[in-house]
Amino acid sequence: MKLDLILRVGAKLMLPFILIFAPYVHFHGDYGPGGGFQAGVIIAAAFILYAIIFGLDAARHIAPQGLVERLVPLGVLIYAAAGLPAMLTGQGRYLDYGIFGHDFLHAHEWGILIVETGVITTVASTMLAIFYAFADRGRQ
Amino acid sequence: MTGLDEHLPILQILVPLFGAILTAFTRSGVLAWTIAAIASAIAPFISAGLLMRITETGKPISYVMGSWAAPWGIEYRVDLLNAFVLLLISLIGLVSIPYARKSVATEIDSHKQPWFYTMYLLCLSGLLGIVITGDAFNAFVFLEISSLATYTLIGLGRHRRALLSAYQYLIMGTIGATFYIVGVGLLYLVTGTLNFVDLAARIGPAMQEYPRPILAALAFMTVGISLKLALFPLHVWLPNAYAYAPSFATAFLAGTATKAAIYLLIRIYFSVFAVAIPFRQLPVTEIVLVLSLAAMFIASFAAIFEQNAKRMLAYSSVAQIGYITLGIALANKMGLAGSLVHVFNHAIMKTALFFALGAMAYRTGVLSLPSLSGIGRKMPVTTAAFVVAGLGLIGVPGTAGFISKWYLALGAIEHGWTWLVFLIVLSSLLAVIYVGRFVEIAYFREPSADLAGVREPPPTMLLPLLALAFTTVYLGFDTRLTGGIATRIAEFLLGGFTS
Amino acid sequence: MTGWEVIADHYNYYVTIFLMVAGLYIVIARGNMIKKLVGLGLFQTSVYLLYLSPGRIIGGTAPIIDERFSVYSNPLPHVLMLTAIVVGVATLAVGLALVVRISEEYGTIDEDEIFAKDEDQ
Repeated sequence: MKLDLILRVGAKLMLPFILIFAPYVHFHGDYGPGGGFQAGVIIAAAFILYAIIFGLDAARHIAPQGLVERLVPLGVLIYAAAGLPAMLTGQGRYLDYGIFGHDFLHAHEWGILIVETGVITTVASTMLAIFYAFADRGRQ
Repeated sequence: MTGLDEHLPILQILVPLFGAILTAFTRSGVLAWTIAAIASAIAPFISAGLLMRITETGKPISYVMGSWAAPWGIEYRVDLLNAFVLLLISLIGLVSIPYARKSVATEIDSHKQPWFYTMYLLCLSGLLGIVITGDAFNAFVFLEISSLATYTLIGLGRHRRALLSAYQYLIMGTIGATFYIVGVGLLYLVTGTLNFVDLAARIGPAMQEYPRPILAALAFMTVGISLKLALFPLHVWLPNAYAYAPSFATAFLAGTATKAAIYLLIRIYFSVFAVAIPFRQLPVTEIVLVLSLAAMFIASFAAIFEQNAKRMLAYSSVAQIGYITLGIALANKMGLAGSLVHVFNHAIMKTALFFALGAMAYRTGVLSLPSLSGIGRKMPVTTAAFVVAGLGLIGVPGTAGFISKWYLALGAIEHGWTWLVFLIVLSSLLAVIYVGRFVEIAYFREPSADLAGVREPPPTMLLPLLALAFTTVYLGFDTRLTGGIATRIAEFLLGGFTS
Repeated sequence: MTGWEVIADHYNYYVTIFLMVAGLYIVIARGNMIKKLVGLGLFQTSVYLLYLSPGRIIGGTAPIIDERFSVYSNPLPHVLMLTAIVVGVATLAVGLALVVRISEEYGTIDEDEIFAKDEDQ
């Protein structure tokens, strides 16, 4: 671990920018190319880079496997639950986002943002969970 | 609760879907099973509610996602056909879930059990989704949701061949699903719509202008769905997948997975393409008829010579699917009704048979036929239930299987093919051989030493089995639910979407 | 239109058909399980092309309503294929996970060798 000083310093320099870039891509999805899928992968890439440079145990210390595996259904839950308010209050059908704002466009912008939050959670945690599941296979 | 009444179609999907999400949070098998049990218990009430509303009003129920109007947004459209299949799938889910607890606890590692129930619930919501949706592309998405969950369920089997079977099914299943969307894509190119009702209205006019893409679409969809429903000779994934999957997964899938695909085929043939294109302008009747007969005979022969009990029943499934597609090929009222009745009856009987085998595997740990010799004396109730369901497969009068074959025979006569009746009876005799072989091994041989301490399975496994065996007999006498509704469905299917 | 013009006008379909058949051939002909999955991916990719290429209208702009434009590309195929791509990725992930498990259990990922090992037992 002592010989890879350049990699370690380089990674430490890059990680904050990668993590900032992810929300930029996420919120940019409102206006142009971007959104939860891409942002989720970028977040996962940051953690995977960390795991490759500093070791799997260090990465598991920051993002524990149990937490990551629970974030996967959490994202789906956010996505699926975003459709419920309109249905439960009787103001619309399932996946009707009209309830989140006063006019149609505004409400749907909010609705999609909630959905994308679910997407970013699930995509990032799924990528990381897959990485954890396979990274130390065959070494035991 | 009156407010949720109009949301019944989406609740049918949401209940198992939210169940799947919640089980994924848990790390305890018992908790996951409890959630799965609650979701599986609610689902049949929703389907029954839908079926009752449709039989009362006679009109289909439409539900549009996010209030986007029908041809553009995704529409869930429930008519008598969907409601019938929905009820079947959710009922199989309901009887399976008490059985699951003990069976899964012994066959699946404890840290994998919550995931197993997540996959089961995802599979259930996917299958219900295929049936309930009124959108061709949405049906593909649900098909893949259920398929991906199925691959995982099969791959969790204890034998290493389970992994191989799951892999082979993944390859075949993905090719099938991709063929299906190629067909949907061609239809979309010429009609500009994905909604089943809208497609049905536009295919007729489009047929004048672009006959070739539409016929190609029909061919792609037929092959794709046939892979999923294991129509002979596209069935090769099925015997291994059923043989090596965990007992509970086999029983559940045997009753539901192929049935959802059969529903999709019926929907495409009779509602979307209407009867005229596939059955009057193309030789679909002849092709499907030949394949169905091949399935009925060749798969039955394969079952006769099979040494593994689960594979024997899996081959029998391929043969029984042959009867179902035979009724589709006849494309007349009685034949189609026979198909639908057999979809229901076969699901009940085959689930019962796999339950019985699962119970035997639970107590003995083996499933090769010779090692089960004398099991009838050690597990009399389980074996008796197996025999009752087996008699149903043969089609003995007084069981559900007789009713299906009766309708199919009437359909064949209506078509003027009396020789077909003879073939149906002849293939039933093959079922006598493979069921009889099991009876001989179970009752007329001395129990081997390995079976010394074997006794009946726990009541949670025995009761679902007995309930299904009883239903097999009950449906042989009371045909209001199966025969009555199936005849009505066949009538409106042959009339197209107009009614 | 001459025969060549018909072919040139529909070249996207020829590419689609080529990818489809090539992918299917790899799935059938190769014994290596990873290569089979690659073929399966290629086969699915052909479907994306089948949907996407007619959705693009020549001269059309992104489907955001604006006074300055009257011709828009069809957004629906893109949405459908986004879903199909996700499905494809999930299938590939499950497939690769199964191959990893098969490799651990059998020590090989060649179908013929695996069948031979199972028959030995």
